[in-house]
Parts: sequence; C-alpha cells; structure tokens
Amino acid sequence: MVALDAPRERLAGDRRHLGRALAVWLLGLLAVLALLSLGHGASGVSAPRVLLDWLAGHEIAQTDRVVLFDIRLPRLLTGILVGAGLAVSGAIMQGLFRNPLADPGLLGVSAGASLGAISAIVLGGLLPPAMLAAAGWHLVPLAAFAGSWLAMVTLYGIATRQGRTSVATMLLAGIALAAMIAAVSGLIIYRADDQQLRDLTFWGLGSLAGASWVKLLAAGPVIAAALLVSPFLAWGLNGLALGEASAAHVGIRVQRVKTTAILTTAAATGASVAVSGGIGFVGIVVPHLLRLLAGPDHRWLLVNSALLGASVLLVADMISRTVIAPAELPIGIITAMIGGPFFLWVLLSNRRMLDG
Amino acid sequence: MIGRVICAAALALSSALSAQADPHPDAQRVLAIGGSVTEIIYALGQQDRLIARDTTSSYPSEAQELPDVGYMRALSSEGVLSVKPDLILSEEGAGPPETIAVLKEAGVPFETIPSGTDAEGLAAKIEAVAEALGVPEAAASPVKALRADLDHLAEATGDEGQPKRVMFILSLQGGRVMASGQGTEADAIIRLAGAENAVQGVEGYKPLTDEAITSAAPEIVLMMKRGPEDSGHAAATEALMAIPAMAATPAAESGAVIRMDGLYLLGFGPRTGQAALELHDAIYGGA
Repeated sequence: MVALDAPRERLAGDRRHLGRALAVWLLGLLAVLALLSLGHGASGVSAPRVLLDWLAGHEIAQTDRVVLFDIRLPRLLTGILVGAGLAVSGAIMQGLFRNPLADPGLLGVSAGASLGAISAIVLGGLLPPAMLAAAGWHLVPLAAFAGSWLAMVTLYGIATRQGRTSVATMLLAGIALAAMIAAVSGLIIYRADDQQLRDLTFWGLGSLAGASWVKLLAAGPVIAAALLVSPFLAWGLNGLALGEASAAHVGIRVQRVKTTAILTTAAATGASVAVSGGIGFVGIVVPHLLRLLAGPDHRWLLVNSALLGASVLLVADMISRTVIAPAELPIGIITAMIGGPFFLWVLLSNRRMLDG
Repeated sequence: MIGRVICAAALALSSALSAQADPHPDAQRVLAIGGSVTEIIYALGQQDRLIARDTTSSYPSEAQELPDVGYMRALSSEGVLSVKPDLILSEEGAGPPETIAVLKEAGVPFETIPSGTDAEGLAAKIEAVAEALGVPEAAASPVKALRADLDHLAEATGDEGQPKRVMFILSLQGGRVMASGQGTEADAIIRLAGAENAVQGVEGYKPLTDEAITSAAPEIVLMMKRGPEDSGHAAATEALMAIPAMAATPAAESGAVIRMDGLYLLGFGPRTGQAALELHDAIYGGA
C-alpha cells in the first residue's frame, strides 16, 4: 500500500507543479497582452506617450482621453472578463458532463441569449416608449441575459427530480429546448426587416466594439463573481470525473456541485454573451489545450482557463480592431478562424495520446 | 459680461431646439456615413473636405478610394476617431448606439441627416447636408436638378392610363423569390416612377409563395444589377422565368425584366429623380 502510494503521490505533485508554473506564465502573458492592447489601436494614440504627458502635468487632449479611458480601457477589461468567463464556463461544463465536447451551449444558455437578443432587436420597437427610453441601448444585452437565464432555469427544472439533477436528462432536454428556442427565434427573424437582419448577423458574430463603462459595471460583477466561485468547484469536479456514485462515496456533495456549476456557468456565459454577442470556440479550445499541457486536475485547470481565455480574447480583439482599420472585423470570426486550425493541429499532433 | 453669458445660453438653447443640422463651415475633415450622404457631398462639390466614408458609400467611384470605416450599423469608435474627422455626417440608423455615444463624448460633431423618399424629403436631405457643411447656397443647383427631374416625371406620368404592376425582386435564392412589399425603398421608387407595386399587403422584403407570385401578376420585374454586365443576367432571367409560378405572369409573357444599379435605384440621394425617370421610361417604353 505504501509502496503503491509513493509514486502516485509524486505524479500528482508533478502535475500540480506544472499547473502552478503554467499559471505564473499565463499571468505574465496576460499582463503583457493587456499593456499591448491598451497601447495599440486604429487611432494610433500611444498610451505611454499620453501617460508620460499626464505625469508631466500636461493637459490630455480630449480625443486621447476618450480613446484611452472610454474606448480602450473598458474594452480591455470587458475582453479579459468575457474571455475568462467563457473559458472557465467551458472547463466547468466539460467537467460536469464528463464530455470533452461540452460547452455552455448545452445548458441552452446560448440559444436563450440569442432568442433574447433577437426579440429585443426585432420586437423592441413594440415596447411602450417609456420602457424603451429607460432601457435605451441596453435593451439587447438585458434581453440576452434574461433569455439565457430563462433557458437555463427551465432546463434545470426539467432535469431536476426530487432534488437530484440528472446530467443525462439535461443533455437531451437541452437539445430539445434549443430546437424549440431556435424555432421561436426563426419565427421572429421572419418578421425582421433587412436592417434588423443585418444587426442580428453582426450580433451573432460577436464584438467587443460596444464595450463601455456602463456595460462593464453591469456585466463585470456577475462574471467576476462566477470566476471567484469557480475554484471552489475544482475538488467536486475532480471527484465527478470518477462518476457520480464514486464521487458521492469519496464524500463529495454531488448535487451541490452540480447546482453551483450550472449557476456559475449560466452567470458567466449569460453576462459574457450579453455584452459581446456570440463569441465561439474559446470555451472549447482553451480548456482542451490546458488539459493537454498540464493535465485534467481542475484545481489549476480552472484558474489557467481563466488566464488563457482572457489572453486569447485579447489577442483576437487586437486583430479584430486593427486588421482592416479603420473598420473592424467581428471577433467571433477571428476566434474561429485562428482557434479552429490551431485546435486541429494540437489534436493531430497529440493523436496518440488521445487515442491511448 | 453677464450679457454675453445670457447671449451664449440663448444661442446654445436655440441650437438645441432646432431640428436642423448645425452649420460647420470650418470642418475640413468630413466623414460621410451612408451612400446617399456621400453622393450629396459630391453633388454639392464639397468632396475636397471628405476624408473617409462607410462601406455603403460606393458612388461616385472616387469615393471608393477614401478610407472605409466599416458598415454603417457596425462602426467601431476608435476606427472612426482614427481618421480624425472634425465632422461626421450620417444617414439615419448609424450604429451601434454605444459607438455613437462614445463619438459624441469625444467631442466630434455628429449630424444625422433625416431620410426622405419623396420630392420634399429628398430636397430637405440635400439642404440638410449643405446646411451642415455651412454651404446652404450650394444646395440650390442639385435641388433644382432633382425637382426638374421629378417635375418632368410628374408630367410624363398620368397619361399612361392604368399604372403598370411592377414587382421588385431582391434575390432569387434557390428558386425562392424574395420580393418587396410596402415600406421599402423599392416600393417608394416604384411609386415615384408612376407605377404600382404588384405585391400588396406585405411589409418589407419577404419570400413569396408561388401562389402569391401568381396572384400578384406583375407586368414587369425589377431587379438590381449584380456586378458587371454579362451573360449571367440572361441566365438569371431564364432561371426566373423558369419558376412555374413566374411563368404564369404577364411579365414572363413579355419578358419584361428591368435591371438597375442598387444604389442608384434605392439610394434616395441626388440621383433619385434621374433614377425614377429612367425607371419610368423603362416601364412605359420611353417618352
């Protein structure tokens, strides 16, 4: 027994070590990318120069101030939170469903959010003017967030019987629910005029272009709270990897882990999709890559997913706003265009490991 | 001193109250958003002050050489600021609203030009652009030309008897006819040209069922030119008339398909009078 335990202990220690080292590297990477992101943009306003000017006591030009503090800074912070939120949600879902292809879409969150956004874009004009004025341009993000939660709560209700949530029911009911939601979305899209159709298309491609302090203050705390809760799920998700029954035998409160995982994911994804539209691929690629690099231990996987997810989104966003400047390419196109081939390359070069 | 403050306050108030665009005669770096606004700036002879445009501004061809800040409903705030405009002239509907709010915050004057699809609305549109550029007198000549075209059109229409039934087809995807109902630019230009929209009781651009096509019974089909003139159009016409429901319409019998450039036909800018006249002549066989 003792003889068997020793190497296993060392192996686990190795992995944990790797995870920690990776976290330090990723934190450094994120810091560098954040500075780069703040310093670069279509307008050529240089962050270091403005900062030096400011420190020297010079007045900052209004345009420079707006570009740095009202455009780039909220956009940077939104990008970090959204990237981290999407990647962590992906990692949690893959752990919960014990399926490498799982993503928050399985909770109906994405379908619900897009139904909300579509309703707001197409039917928003039918609301009473007073309500419309109060909601302003926050109508679409609010509706997307509400839609994602409504879908998630419905699905959770369907899959939970006598205080026990069946993950299998959730998976299958999620497919049915997504189909129904898509049908309703289709019905509303049919009513849309061509301007609204354009808006819908752009919303679906995702963008951080709409980032503002107001949106950040609304969505940021929700995503941040989910990110802070996520490390507490690590132990439970590690246990669930053994299967639900075994996890319960090693003392994990399975139902509580499930509920927390679902709520955390819905909060992070719902708020992310609300501020940035549909940004695909981050939630699947990032956790996978980290599992290949440092193993499936959730204690570091979740933290590293947050860091790498944020970094990936910052890189994608930098490309999105500079490659065809002064115009901007929707970020969802870039995450898929770069993420897809890269992911395929990682998979193929690790094929033996995956098959084994 | 106090008098000056009151005077300034009154000025600010009056400019806030007036719906008209504020004049910016000193603006030398103008960004045009919307194809018709760009066209109007050229028609006013103010193109030297134009430094950038959006994706929908494709006419005149010189405009395409200017930097493109993206599609008018998906503008990026930093992208727009990067061309350093000192005046932004935009059609209605530019967005997203977050971007517009940031641009206003950045202190760049942003003037929205009201849209119009009839003679008065179009003249007001041209005048609003001229006003915003601080050259109200420059509007006289394009407005006069526009009115002359529309007057000419008014004279020409009316003696044809029954107006012809025109169906505007936006696209033919997989044999499915996407046609224009009411409330669209296509509907407006058809009416302006003295014809009747064959598709009634439908809002916007909608796919039509075969039966709806047959009962709409268009005498003429109106479509947009796609790319350079080539044999593709002939093939497209053949494909259109091969749709069984279409084959039963008067338009198929006479083979009457009119094709015009999209922005020219639907842009509602300074060339609209000319476009409507051309469409009228094409429908009624010339004057």
